[in-house]
Amino acid sequence: MKVVIDGDICQGQGRCFSIAPSLFDFDDLGNGVVLGDGTLSAETLELARLAQANCPEHAIFIVESS
Amino acid sequence: MSDIETKRLVSDFATDWDHTDPQWVNDPYPIWEDLRERCPVAHTDRYGGGWFPTTHEMVSSIANDTEHFTSHQVVVIHTKNPEGAPPAPMGGAPPITSDPPFHRIARRVILPAFAPGPVNALEGQVRALCDKHLNALGEAREFDAATNYAQFISPGVIAKMLGFPERDEDLFREFVHLVLDLVDLEPAVRIPMFVPMTEYFTAQIEDHIANPRDDFTSYLLNVEVNGEKLSPQHVRGTMVLTLVAGIDTTWSAIGSAIWHLATHPEDLARLVAEPELMTRAVEEFLRFYAPVTMARLVKEDFDFFGVPMKKDDWILLGFPAANRDPEAFEDADRFIIDRAVNRHAAFGLGIHRCAGSNLARMELRVAIEEFIARYPKFELADPSAVTWAQGQVRGPRSIPLRVLA
Ligand code: HEM
Ligand code: SF4
Repeated sequence: MKVVIDGDICQGQGRCFSIAPSLFDFDDLGNGVVLGDGTLSAETLELARLAQANCPEHAIFIVESS
Repeated sequence: MSDIETKRLVSDFATDWDHTDPQWVNDPYPIWEDLRERCPVAHTDRYGGGWFPTTHEMVSSIANDTEHFTSHQVVVIHTKNPEGAPPAPMGGAPPITSDPPFHRIARRVILPAFAPGPVNALEGQVRALCDKHLNALGEAREFDAATNYAQFISPGVIAKMLGFPERDEDLFREFVHLVLDLVDLEPAVRIPMFVPMTEYFTAQIEDHIANPRDDFTSYLLNVEVNGEKLSPQHVRGTMVLTLVAGIDTTWSAIGSAIWHLATHPEDLARLVAEPELMTRAVEEFLRFYAPVTMARLVKEDFDFFGVPMKKDDWILLGFPAANRDPEAFEDADRFIIDRAVNRHAAFGLGIHRCAGSNLARMELRVAIEEFIARYPKFELADPSAVTWAQGQVRGPRSIPLRVLA
């Protein structure tokens, strides 16, 4: 599984990188970005789900890694 | 408009809402809950006519629908499309009064200054400011936590950011009061009151042109978009916005959090004992006591969730009401200090999402951390003396506290 942020939906609400700094960072405009390629382990999957559940814009997606 | 002078109290908020009515000002939550079940879009003929949607779903769809709703005026007053106001798509205070596509340009200009990097660098300064005002309280065991603490934090931060003299803080509070609270005045009375504010900004802009320095005002005066500087109106509008959006909002949030802790000793004790709760507590303070309600104007006649909206009707955009919608939050009417899933809309939704949210969160967290470190136990000295701001920014204006041993 992989976590991704849809940059067109993200408004830089900043919840993801505050909840899961090991998975997310921010860019110069304060928008959320995924660290590395976003691949999730069993433990980080839970964290990614929590960040997803807190994103007010519904900009975070957890998808099958391709 | 004689009803402005002899204000009629509201008897039915569903057909005659008024966000400056004393009942709404003192405790809006039961009103919103009732409307959400009954309407759920309330109407008023006041202020020239408008709507108040009460569900999260509706608030979210309006915030995300810039086709049908304009941000040209975001504060409900008695005049729609006032003469002399800078026209769409920029509006008087870009980016908050701007519509697409101009909005994106105006927003990109300011975002870098409010990104987490530069904001985190201000933390030490905010902490020092909090300490300074706590030290000034000395040995007092009873004081007003709104007027002696909360309301000093954000003006100090914003003054420094814009490069305005800190000693002018009282003036800033007056300006903000005029823009955000005194919304129910006759235009003939209200408009002349803006003169000192306009003159103050003119003087600051002239001073910054003559003596450029490393602050947000000089940045705005010099920044280029596609090789061109911003228009003077744009610079001024964004400066005014920063002052107005940055002060009252944040101090209201700090005040509400202190009020909550004063009235909920179990939450205060937990926060003191478990500082790691702070991140979640801050989000729950923001959800439960969301200070900011916005407005929109309807662009053209259309049907919204079956409601026949007309061009130039107001929309009172209640992010705080959305935050209490049981469809969107489990136990929506309960304050849960360690709420794990909290998709609140206190900073708005969509393209106008609060640009200052990183700064506001940091100020709120630091102000509460410093306050409870100094005073781990306190209560209201006089619950009946607590008063709340009227208008679209809600927070306690007076919080008489007693420090406990
Ligand atoms: C707890 C404190 C705050 C709250 C609850 C808050 C809330 C909001 C809300 C709800 C909006 C959305 C407006 C809309 O949809 O029309 C907004 C926009 C904005 N806020 Fe805040 N705000 C706070 C603090 C601040 C601070 C400290 C600043 C800056 C110094 C700031 C600057 C802005 C700006 C520039 C916008 C306009 C963004 C745009 O239109 O793209 N706010 N704020
Ligand atoms: S929480 Fe959502 S909106 Fe906020 S920065 Fe992360 S992805 Fe973007």
